[in-house]
Amino acid sequence: MAIEVRIPTILRTHTGGNKTVEGSGATLGALVDDLDSQHPGLKNRLVTEEGKLHRFVNVYVNDEDVRFTGALDTQVKDGDSVTILPAVAGG
Amino acid sequence: MLRIDRATYDAIVAHVREDHPDEACGVVAGPEGSDRPERFLPMLNAARSPTFYEFDSGDLLKLYREMDDRDEEPVVIYHSHTATEAHPSRTDISYASEPNAHYVLVSTRHHGNQTGLAGDDVEFRSFRIVDGEVSEEEVEIVESYLFGHSPTTVVYD
Repeated sequence: MAIEVRIPTILRTHTGGNKTVEGSGATLGALVDDLDSQHPGLKNRLVTEEGKLHRFVNVYVNDEDVRFTGALDTQVKDGDSVTILPAVAGG
Repeated sequence: MLRIDRATYDAIVAHVREDHPDEACGVVAGPEGSDRPERFLPMLNAARSPTFYEFDSGDLLKLYREMDDRDEEPVVIYHSHTATEAHPSRTDISYASEPNAHYVLVSTRHHGNQTGLAGDDVEFRSFRIVDGEVSEEEVEIVESYLFGHSPTTVVYD
């Protein structure tokens, strides 16, 4: 088993067009690193140079927005489902 | 070009008027790849602000899950500007992340809450925003999708 990650349209250029990919890791940060090793460039689109999640994306672990559960430190495990969505916002 | 039916166009205009002086926002979903905005989905502006809009993160997840289940995508993403022209702001451009969507901007600067004329008075414009590049497109209002795109079409440019 692995962690299933749903990829939004805008990031599918990094996943060969795939809507879902799989990865592993004990935290969301580790999962993102693992995903980036399989799909280079993905991490840059999710994490800032300061190592924080971009405000342009929303990440959910099992439907919980990770902003409320520790962001990249959020614990994940096999069988979890992660969803990445672009924030819809503007001025 | 954005081709949108009259009822949906009217619903967007009514929504942005109702929420004035705050910005209003929403989506019109349609079958993936169809480029047909069919299902009007007004959203709550979680920022409740006259200068910013943001879909609530829980609502956003629900919305995308529902569209996914129905094989839909956001064909139109609309929001209002309450004091400035109906053109994407720098913030709009930085957030824009649906290259296939029509970004619709409606300005309510010349008509406040439930006032003004519904016709030509509405600043209703549509844009593509891809990789930070904005290009305006024509908006064609069709009477209905149910009976094809003719005979009564009005072209706004």
